[in-house]
Amino acid sequence: MPAHSPKLALRVEGLRKTYKDVVAVDGVDLAVQAGECFGLLGPNGAGKTTTIEICEGLLEPDAGVVEVLGLSWRNSARQLRQRLGVQLQDTQLSEKLTVEETVRLFRSFYHRGLAVEDVIALMQLEEKRKARLSALSGGQRQRLAMACALVGDPELLFLDEPTTGLDPQARRQLWELIDALKREGRTIVLTTHYMEEAERLCDRVAIMDYGRIIALGTPAELIASIGGGHVVEFSVDGGGAGLDPGELAALEGVRSVRRNNGRYELQVTDWHRAVPCLLAAMVQRRIPVSELRTHSATLEDVFVTLTGRHLRDE
Amino acid sequence: MSDRAAVLDRPLRAVPLAFRERSLVQLTLVRFREFWREPEAIFWVFIFPILLTAGLGIAFRSGPAQALPIGVTDDGLAAVLQAEPSLSVRRLDARTAEDQLRLGRIHLLVTPEAGGGVRLRYDDTNPESRTAGLLVERALQRAAGVRDRVPVTAEIAREPGSRYIDFVVPGLLGMNLMGSGMWGVGFAIVDARRKRLLKRLVASPMSRAEYLLSFLLSRLVLLLLEVTALVGFGVLAFGVPVNGPVWQLALLCVLASLCFSALGLLIASRTRTIEAASGWMNFVMLPMWVFSGVFFSYERFPEAFHPFIRLLPLTAAIDALRANMLQGAGLEQVAPEVAVMGGWLGLSFFAALALFRWR
Ligand SMILES: Nc1ncnc2c1ncn2[C@@H]1O[C@H](COP(=O)(O)OP(=O)(O)OP(=O)(O)O)[C@@H](O)[C@H]1O
Ligand SMILES: [Mg+2]
Repeated sequence: MPAHSPKLALRVEGLRKTYKDVVAVDGVDLAVQAGECFGLLGPNGAGKTTTIEICEGLLEPDAGVVEVLGLSWRNSARQLRQRLGVQLQDTQLSEKLTVEETVRLFRSFYHRGLAVEDVIALMQLEEKRKARLSALSGGQRQRLAMACALVGDPELLFLDEPTTGLDPQARRQLWELIDALKREGRTIVLTTHYMEEAERLCDRVAIMDYGRIIALGTPAELIASIGGGHVVEFSVDGGGAGLDPGELAALEGVRSVRRNNGRYELQVTDWHRAVPCLLAAMVQRRIPVSELRTHSATLEDVFVTLTGRHLRDE
Repeated sequence: MSDRAAVLDRPLRAVPLAFRERSLVQLTLVRFREFWREPEAIFWVFIFPILLTAGLGIAFRSGPAQALPIGVTDDGLAAVLQAEPSLSVRRLDARTAEDQLRLGRIHLLVTPEAGGGVRLRYDDTNPESRTAGLLVERALQRAAGVRDRVPVTAEIAREPGSRYIDFVVPGLLGMNLMGSGMWGVGFAIVDARRKRLLKRLVASPMSRAEYLLSFLLSRLVLLLLEVTALVGFGVLAFGVPVNGPVWQLALLCVLASLCFSALGLLIASRTRTIEAASGWMNFVMLPMWVFSGVFFSYERFPEAFHPFIRLLPLTAAIDALRANMLQGAGLEQVAPEVAVMGGWLGLSFFAALALFRWR
C-alpha cells in the first residue's frame, strides 16, 4: 500500500513553459496532499498537459520548482519513475500485443508492483486478457492505459484526460474505477475538460485557462465563491432585442446576468423567488419566454463567471 | 461481478518478479511478437530472398551452352552454317531479317556479297553478337578449306563456385542483412515515437539501454534463422559452396547485421514519421543496391569509383561473404572488409546515441 506521509505529494512553484510564441504554462503554483485526488480543469489548450508532463519529468520547464514526493527530477529521476504511475493523453500501445502481454511488459519495469492478473481484474479487462489491442474499444483501451499506469503500485498517479472521447457509459465505468483507486488511498492528479468529472472525482480542483490557474479549491468552495445558488437559463423569442440586462440584474435575488447567443443566464440565490419575478417581468413587457431551465451552480458556471466563456464549445 | 468485488475488497499486494518477467526478457519477447504477428515482414525477410534465389538460379542455370540465333538471307550460306552446332540458323528474307536484328531476336545477319564475299551485320558492343561473328567467320573459312595450324583442345569447366548462382547468393545474403537490419530497428523505433509509445516507455522506469539491447538480441536470433534459411536453400537446391569456416561466416553475418542495425538506429534517432524514415532508408540503401555488387561485380564501374565503392558497408559485407563462401578465405584475408563494417558500426552507433530523442 502507498505510504501515507504527511508530506506533500506534489509541489509546484512558479512554473513557466513557452513554445516558440505560445506561453503554454504561465506561472503555475500547486500543492497536492498525499491521498488527495486533485483535478486540473480547463478548456483545450489551457496548458494542462504541459503542466502535468513537466510534473512527470517528461518536459523541462523554462522556470519554476517541481517537487514530487519530496524529491526533484534532477536528483532522483530513477527513484521517482519507480514510484509514479503515468497515463499520457495520447499514447498508442502496440496493436499486435494482447492486453495481458502489454500489462506484463509494463510490470517488468518496476522493482515492486502488483500482480498482472489483479490489475487486469481491477480494470475489468478479464474477458479481453488474450485479445490483441487492435480489437479493443476506446473505453477498454483507456482502462488498459490505466492498468499500465497502476501496475507499478504507484504512490502518485498522473492521469491526463482519462475519459476524453468516451461515451457516457464508459466514462461512468472509469469514474468507478478511479473511485476504487481513491479508496485505496492513492494520490491522483488528473486533468479533464469535463466539469461533471472534476466535481464527481476530485477533492480539490484547479481551474486553468491560458496557462494560469484562475481558481483553486474544493468543488463546493469554488461554487460557493460565485455565490453558489442556482442558475436560471432562458431564451426569448426573437432574441430579446428589447431586453435590457440591467433590468434583469435588478430583479429580486439575481446576482449576475450573462447573455450568450440569445440565451440568458442568471445567477440567482434562490430560484423559487427569482423565477416568478422573472416571469412577471417578462409578461409585463410582453416578451414571450421560450425554454426556461434551472440548475444548481456547477464548476462550469464558475468557469463562465471567471472567463465569460464555456469550457467546451458545444 | 463477484470476482471484481473480491479484487476491490482485497488490498492489492506487491509481488516479486520471476526471470521470465524481467524487463529485458519481456522487451525482447515484444520484439519477436511484433515480428511474428506481421505476416508481411515474414514474407520479405524469409520468403522473398528464397524466391529470388530460386528465380535467379533457374534463369542463369548452367545447362548446355545455348546456340546463338543468327539470320541468313541465302540458301547456300544457310546450308553451310547449319553445320556449326553453336549457331541456330534462320533463313529469312532481307526485310524480316533487318527487323529481327533490330529487335535482338537474332544476334547477327549474314548476307551474300557480289563476287563470292559475305557481309556480317552485328552490334559489336554485344558480346553474343561478337561471338556469333567469330563462329560464322570460322565456319565459312573451314567450309572453304582453311585448316587450323595449331591443334586446340577445349576443356569445359562447370564447377560449383564459379557459376552465377554462387556469385549471387552471397550478394542476396548481404542485401537481406542490410534490409532486415535497417528496417527491423529503424521502423520499430520510428513507429513507437510516432505513436508516442516511446514517450510512454520513458515515463516508466524502463531502462533505456535494455530497450535498445532488446533490438540487438531479437536481431541476433532472427539473423540466425534468416541466414540459415537463405544459405541452406542455396546449398541444398543449387549446391552453392560454403568453403570458409562456418563460425567465421556466422561472425561476418553478425557484424554486417549489427552494422546495418546501427545505421537503422541512426536514421530512426530523430525521425518522427514513417514517410521520412522510408525516404532516408531508400536514400541510404539505393546507392548500395546499385554499386555494391549484389547482382553483378562492381568491377564493371570505372576504376576511379572502386575505392569509394569498397567503403560502402554493403560492398564490404558482400565481398567478405563471397570471400568466405566461394574462396574459403579466413578472417585475416577479409580484414579490410571487417574494418570497414566495424567503422560504420562504431560511427553510426555513437552518432545515433548522440542524436537520439526519446520523445
Ligand atoms: N510541442 C508543442 N509545440 C508548440 N506548442 C505546443 C506544444 N505542445 C503544446 N503546445 C501549445 O501549448 C498550449 C498548451 O497546450 P497543452 O497541450 O498543455 O493544453 P491542454 O490543456 O492539455 O489542452 P487539451 O485539453 O487540448 O489537451 C497550447 O496552446 C498548445 O498549442
Ligand atoms: Mg492535454
